[in-house]
Amino acid sequence: MRRAATLLRLAGLGLLLAFLLAPQLFAPLFAPLTEGGAPPIYDQGNLGMLALAHLATVLAACLGSTVLAVALGILVTRAGGQEFLPLSRAVVSFGQTFPPVAVLALAVPLVGFGEKPTLIALFLYGLLPIFENTVVGLRTCPAAVLEAASGMGMSARQRLLTVELPLAMPLILEGIRISLVINIGTATLGSTVAAKGLGEVIIAGLLSNNTAFVLQGGLATGLMAVLLYDAVAALERRLCRTARID
Amino acid sequence: MIVIESLTKRYGSATAVDAVSMVIERNSLTVIVGTSGSGKSTLLRMINRLVEPTSGRVLIEGRDTESEPGHTLRRRIGYVIQGHGLFPHRTVAENVATVPRLLKWEEARIRARTEQLLAALQLDPALYSEKYPHQLSGGQQQRVGVARALAAEPAVLLMDEPFGALDPIIREKAQDDLLDIQRKFGTTIVLVTHDIDEAFRLGDRVAVMSEGRLLQYDRPEVLVTRPADSIVARMTGSAERAMRLLSLTTAGEAALPLASDGGKEDAPVVRASASLREVLSELLWRGSEIATIVDENGTPCGRLTVAAILARGRPS
Ligand SMILES: Nc1ncnc2c1ncn2[C@@H]1O[C@H](COP(=O)(O)OP(=O)(O)OP(=O)(O)O)[C@@H](O)[C@H]1O
Ligand SMILES: [Mg+2]
Repeated sequence: MRRAATLLRLAGLGLLLAFLLAPQLFAPLFAPLTEGGAPPIYDQGNLGMLALAHLATVLAACLGSTVLAVALGILVTRAGGQEFLPLSRAVVSFGQTFPPVAVLALAVPLVGFGEKPTLIALFLYGLLPIFENTVVGLRTCPAAVLEAASGMGMSARQRLLTVELPLAMPLILEGIRISLVINIGTATLGSTVAAKGLGEVIIAGLLSNNTAFVLQGGLATGLMAVLLYDAVAALERRLCRTARID
Repeated sequence: MIVIESLTKRYGSATAVDAVSMVIERNSLTVIVGTSGSGKSTLLRMINRLVEPTSGRVLIEGRDTESEPGHTLRRRIGYVIQGHGLFPHRTVAENVATVPRLLKWEEARIRARTEQLLAALQLDPALYSEKYPHQLSGGQQQRVGVARALAAEPAVLLMDEPFGALDPIIREKAQDDLLDIQRKFGTTIVLVTHDIDEAFRLGDRVAVMSEGRLLQYDRPEVLVTRPADSIVARMTGSAERAMRLLSLTTAGEAALPLASDGGKEDAPVVRASASLREVLSELLWRGSEIATIVDENGTPCGRLTVAAILARGRPS
């Protein structure tokens, strides 16, 4: 079972890399989707570079979301910070419910075209799952463990860093994973405001009525999301094995 | 020595602990007993300032506990709670090393101390050091909790229902181990329980609490023979008080000198560490009037008669 899963994972990774580095190998597969001698494989840029730029944008936005969401999650679970919970929750929920397209439209006049508006949209969109999971993770630390930590003479800071955060880590990672996967897909929108990414391939397909391009952009993005999801899940499992709560 | 001076804790209008004063001698084992909600845990937690008192103060070896930050105070005081509260993401060895690490001991010293303690608590270091808490039985987890509390050689150990989650047989073993440890390390122990038998078995002195107040604080036999009020009398069990009294004295303590002729050949033989209650039970069962007391090597060191035991069951 484990072996099969590993093989599947490696096969997926191999497929993605092969497609990004040597897309022409796949030309026969996509040829039937094109009409009138249109190119079967995206030819307006390097797919590998686009995928890298796509990933970089998502990771950078996710790093920002993680820092803010975890910090807020810590704040609202401290004795003195509880009153900020409704406000924080409202802010991150707003970030998730406000459509990323609208964020892009509003951000462009302020920061111009390119990566920046995309980063802002993804950053806002990714806050909610990380924040909620951080709050749940910190709140569900067993009371006896927390009492023991204080009883042993840990300062509030030591308790947070060496007990609470490690115990909440599996849930926090799960939040990061959900946020990452959502944003890999959402990031394709960035290409409408000239951010580098796999969205370019999809948009090029739409403009030239080339289904092969649309499919290529979609599949590459999807495969990347699945692989990333899987990688973070594996990290979570590793952590859970030791941070087991009996 | 721990001096508690009219310690009070209020939560809103409710008083959890009401002006409790008591003196706890060094190297003694003091048990705080009382019904649920009587304020035992709150009193205990005010000693290491996990709960800040509303008024009153605590002096440990003459020093006011308010004179340093709470968390550094707690590093000098061992603390064991029901359900142990072991860190689930850390190994047994790491759990035990918690306070020494906070105190920045050298690694070699930490390792030596951890192994010494695990061995003292009958957990083979080679077998258990690298295990995680969820891989241990309840009794083993409880012992790791005790080892962790003792790791930095605290002079004072606070225990809140440490044996509450154990089954009766393991609990008795754990109680014996605790008495051994107290003798070995000379720790001053304050233990909270709602089990009066446990209180009598362990306590040099027993404090009885009800509704936040300290009703009586004395040696167990005084609680039985001269209860301060009806609540204490009910708690110490007036119907059984003669038997309780007998269970507080060991055969060795009550032994009469050996008869010059060496005693009766067929008299039942009992250990000096057995309680008078156990000796009486044995004599009744065997239909004998006299028992021979032996020390741990099996050498006769005294004798006991039914009449002598019965005399011990009456308030002196
Ligand atoms: N943090 C708190 N806030 C409000 N009331 C509290 C708090 N802690 C304890 N109390 C109250 O103080 C009283 C004494 O509680 P405490 O925990 O000291 O009792 P206890 O004797 O240890 O009981 P048990 O045997 O059930 O553990 C109880 O009525 C309890 O409800
Ligand atoms: Mg209690």
